[in-house]
Amino acid sequence: MGYVAVKGGTRAIEESLKRLQFERLQSGKVIEVEAISSGMRGLVDQVMSESSLYSEELAALAIKQAEGNPEEAVFLLRAYRSTLPRKHYSRTVHSAEMRVERRISASFKDIPGGQVLGASTDYSHRLLDFDLLEETTASATAWLEQYLGMEELDQEAFAQEGRFPKVLDYLRKEGLIADCSVDSTEPDDVTRTSLTFPATRSEKLQILTRGQTGAVTSLAYAVIRGYGMVHPTVGELRVGELPVYIDSPLTQNTDEDEAYYIGEIKVTEVEMLVPATVEKENGRKELELDFGYGLCYGQNETKAIAMSILDKSLEKGDKSIPTQNEEFVLFHIDSVESTGFISHLKMPHYVTFQAKLNDVRKTRKQSTEKEG
Amino acid sequence: MRIQYNFAFLDEGSKREIRRATLKAIAIPGYQVPFASRELPIGRGWGTGGLQLTLSLIGKSDVLKVIDQGSDESVNAVSIKKLIDKTTGVPATDATEAATLIQSRHRIPEVPLRTGQLLVLQVPMPEPLRMYEPSELETKRLHGEKDYSGAWLMLFEQIMKYRSVSTGADHPVMVNDRYVMAPSPIPKFDNPKMNYSEALILLGAGREKKIYAVPPYTQVVSLAFEDVPFEPESFPGHSCRQCGAEDVFMDELYDSEKEETYYQCNDTSYCLQRMNAQPLV
Repeated sequence: MGYVAVKGGTRAIEESLKRLQFERLQSGKVIEVEAISSGMRGLVDQVMSESSLYSEELAALAIKQAEGNPEEAVFLLRAYRSTLPRKHYSRTVHSAEMRVERRISASFKDIPGGQVLGASTDYSHRLLDFDLLEETTASATAWLEQYLGMEELDQEAFAQEGRFPKVLDYLRKEGLIADCSVDSTEPDDVTRTSLTFPATRSEKLQILTRGQTGAVTSLAYAVIRGYGMVHPTVGELRVGELPVYIDSPLTQNTDEDEAYYIGEIKVTEVEMLVPATVEKENGRKELELDFGYGLCYGQNETKAIAMSILDKSLEKGDKSIPTQNEEFVLFHIDSVESTGFISHLKMPHYVTFQAKLNDVRKTRKQSTEKEG
Repeated sequence: MRIQYNFAFLDEGSKREIRRATLKAIAIPGYQVPFASRELPIGRGWGTGGLQLTLSLIGKSDVLKVIDQGSDESVNAVSIKKLIDKTTGVPATDATEAATLIQSRHRIPEVPLRTGQLLVLQVPMPEPLRMYEPSELETKRLHGEKDYSGAWLMLFEQIMKYRSVSTGADHPVMVNDRYVMAPSPIPKFDNPKMNYSEALILLGAGREKKIYAVPPYTQVVSLAFEDVPFEPESFPGHSCRQCGAEDVFMDELYDSEKEETYYQCNDTSYCLQRMNAQPLV
């Protein structure tokens, strides 16, 4: 019998995976996917947004498998996404058609249609609610019954939930912000062609919207804290459901009435107002309001706001400022890419390190030879 | 909700797209072809570029070999093999000669590759000029204009500072007298194996979304100066403790019992093969 390879790697992996399974199950309790999708809305929304895949069920499954680790859950969904062919592109979605659940403006108190606070933690006190330790299905049902019963009084408010005019349209009519014409260029698809520079706006927005929530937020924070921009103001933030249609795949018909409704997606949309100086003739300067745009899957308000700030920042494009440098921002905010490369450092680097060691020894040897 | 995965994981449209980029890469040796890299079930930065090449090219009649830093049994090699096996059922081998498709991280096997074999190398940083130019737009322009003064200057500065080049692994090469290319972090020892290689060499960077290639019988020259010639790693006076090989790339190991350093072939399957060919003592 000859020599055989030591099968250390194979067995170690198998045992490690068993151990991982044990860590997930050791308490003897199984968390249901449905419990995650109904009770962890914030995490589900974040994971769907960073994964660029809209499915509450699959996001919940990924969260379960990842034991609640968002970086791992996003990774699972992105990998799954790679197995899906791109069969259709939807028709253009108009956010004015959003079924609004919440919309606020920090710019105007009195906006057409009014402010709708909706569901928000903004004005909640962050006091740990110890009652939740004891929460039961029965107590939840009782609360729901009471709440929905009370709401009858407020049917009017419920019925009003729906379409609202856009705040920025009002400013446009006033001529206070530059009228941006509809750009009907076919958007690029960053999941089908790789990013080249200078990037198109559609590419930038896609990379931003699938960016890691923390990374997008941190970079936008840097923008407003000291790297490039004055204080922006939220023109409008809205959260709600958008209907998605696709053209009939059977005919060449692009008639709107023939389109198929394929469902709704919940999104957060932000239109951010940013004061900007515009140069007029003879060096005369004028102040104008520019705007940045943010849109992400789910209720991800901080991320959508951050995205709108980075959108504007990237449009300025002064490469000496990191947050305006598109390569700096767009190459480094993807969750799967950044966590993947950082974590790859755990892999063996025996060969590469040996090569470096060889160089280090050589330079040392040469310097001692020289001195000696 | 039961999900069946496609043969070789990726959908056929994606595979075709990757193959198109690969064909372009072969047509322009050393040129980095951008492609829309897909996320895979293994870590981004853990060989997804190489794996996408492998998955888009593998067929049922292939024989696969996967090595990671010289070892067929390293955890990452095993993990990649397991995924390919799970989604294709293609048999794997350790024997370099028996393989038709070899995916490797940072080594070219010691057994010379031959015509008809395909070597896929995993690439972390495909841009050889990135060390001194962070901007992608800029490096693309430099390649376009064949402006490699920065690459030469980088080597020159290393010599001035350290009296020899200190590129470690991934020493830049000139391909077909046109493009400066990162050979992936293979040791300098392996660079000459690329020159006029009989096998097709494909390089894939998943995170950086680039594919490039060294077609068979293509000139690949490691960058060096006339008076400071290219010098691969060497292990003078050392031989493999297991098989006695001398002119191979070796791992440096430490025997804690004897309290001494010893050397061993880094290419584990090559070492094993030699040991098995030797008469038993």
